[in-house]
Amino acid sequence: MSLALHGASENRAADDDLPAWSLPRDAGGAIAIRNPLPARVDREWALAGATGKGVRVCILDSGVEAGHPLVGEVASAVAIALDEDGQARAEPETEGDSCGHGTACAGVVRGLAPDSEIHSVRVLGSGFKGSGDVLVAGLRYAVEQGFDVINMSLSTTKRQLGDVLHELADTAYFRRTLIVASAHNMPVESFPWRFSSVVSVGSHEEVDPLVFYANPDPPVEFFARGVDVDVAWLGGATIRATGNSFATPAISAIAALVLSKHPGLTPFQVKTVLSLIANNVAADGRG
Amino acid sequence: MAEDGRLQAAVAAGVLPSEEAFAQLLRSIVVVARAIFGAKGSSVFLFDEDTDELVFAAVASDEEQDLVGRRMPSSQGIAGWVLSSRTPLVLEDVQNDPRFARAFAAGTGYVPKGLMAVPLLYDEEVLGVLQVLDRPERASFSLKEMELLGLFASQAAIALALLRSARRARTELAGDGEAAAVAAIAAAVEGLEGPKREAGLALLDVLARVLA
Repeated sequence: MSLALHGASENRAADDDLPAWSLPRDAGGAIAIRNPLPARVDREWALAGATGKGVRVCILDSGVEAGHPLVGEVASAVAIALDEDGQARAEPETEGDSCGHGTACAGVVRGLAPDSEIHSVRVLGSGFKGSGDVLVAGLRYAVEQGFDVINMSLSTTKRQLGDVLHELADTAYFRRTLIVASAHNMPVESFPWRFSSVVSVGSHEEVDPLVFYANPDPPVEFFARGVDVDVAWLGGATIRATGNSFATPAISAIAALVLSKHPGLTPFQVKTVLSLIANNVAADGRG
Repeated sequence: MAEDGRLQAAVAAGVLPSEEAFAQLLRSIVVVARAIFGAKGSSVFLFDEDTDELVFAAVASDEEQDLVGRRMPSSQGIAGWVLSSRTPLVLEDVQNDPRFARAFAAGTGYVPKGLMAVPLLYDEEVLGVLQVLDRPERASFSLKEMELLGLFASQAAIALALLRSARRARTELAGDGEAAAVAAIAAAVEGLEGPKREAGLALLDVLARVLA
């Protein structure tokens, strides 16, 4: 879609076709924000009593082991594959988790947001070749599905994928899909966590999964529990794991809690809420 | 490496140290990694683009097994995930996963309790995976260790990048094309001493001016 320059639509009638990037005189009152945040946002308002019910969380990863005691039901599962022409397609999942990592992430989400819907989009485990294209196709698929939260405990260092991932991240942002992405554990340039339209997550060393911190020095925006986390793994097993991979689904789950209690919030609003209730910010004494 | 870099690579191949020297460098990295973390073992996998496999490139282990050269699918298990996702992982109690245990035992002869696996990233490419097996049991892992692992991985990645360049250069050297001839000249001049070397360099200098 080509972008109309600001002002180019001024001669048009104020009808339903009016682009969202311009506003006629005196029309401000007609576009009230549907879900305004209250004057005071604290953990009580944001999280109390929330279970994640009704919120669709996508685990974009290695697949999810359905029925794992720490995961439970997986509402939908597809695997992204490239055909002979290099075209990506989403196929019904037949292999489950190829590693254990996706199951671990799903378990973290389930543990904190027990009534959320877990959806799996597998983008890893079908060979290294083409894995970048599969990652992009998987994210595109997930955005098209309109999931409320997409957990990406992975990133790519391929710069040529940066632009398309950036576009997808922005598309998700405007479609009210919150992408929560792991910051890299190493000092390397990777995507999509560095984009401001996603929520990026690093690790802290504390044990409370609901403790998280807002980072005053981005690009990493939040720190959540990512060290020695007991996570679900293959074969119904539980193992102990460390890495930003496991901090990320904690933030995904907390975002799901917020969205279950306050449906319709935009990613901008959810990120704002997360910032306001972070333990180093919250004004309700828990910070 | 770009196509137009092949001649230079071939010339370099004439004077590069042997691949064995790089293998020793890799081995020293895994030996030191094992020592620093007090681990039972450490290994480096090299990603083989042609076959889409991970290859054991260096191993430091108490188990006296010759694992170097063994291969596994690039998408298999934890090392495969680390390669594809370009993301490090630190796991304990991995033997709780029966599938992992079977696969790992088949590949290495024993099943670790815990492992750290980190991608070997050089520029925007991922060249392989560094693993450290069975750190001593302690109360908790620390992010400092993760940072240290990353530093080691950066060093190993540079070594792997050099190794890959040398291999590609030697592929050129082994060919029958013009690059092989240039490489042979470079190698011959490198082997000369005294007046012969000076004469050889002077000849090359003249040749370079003629061809420029």
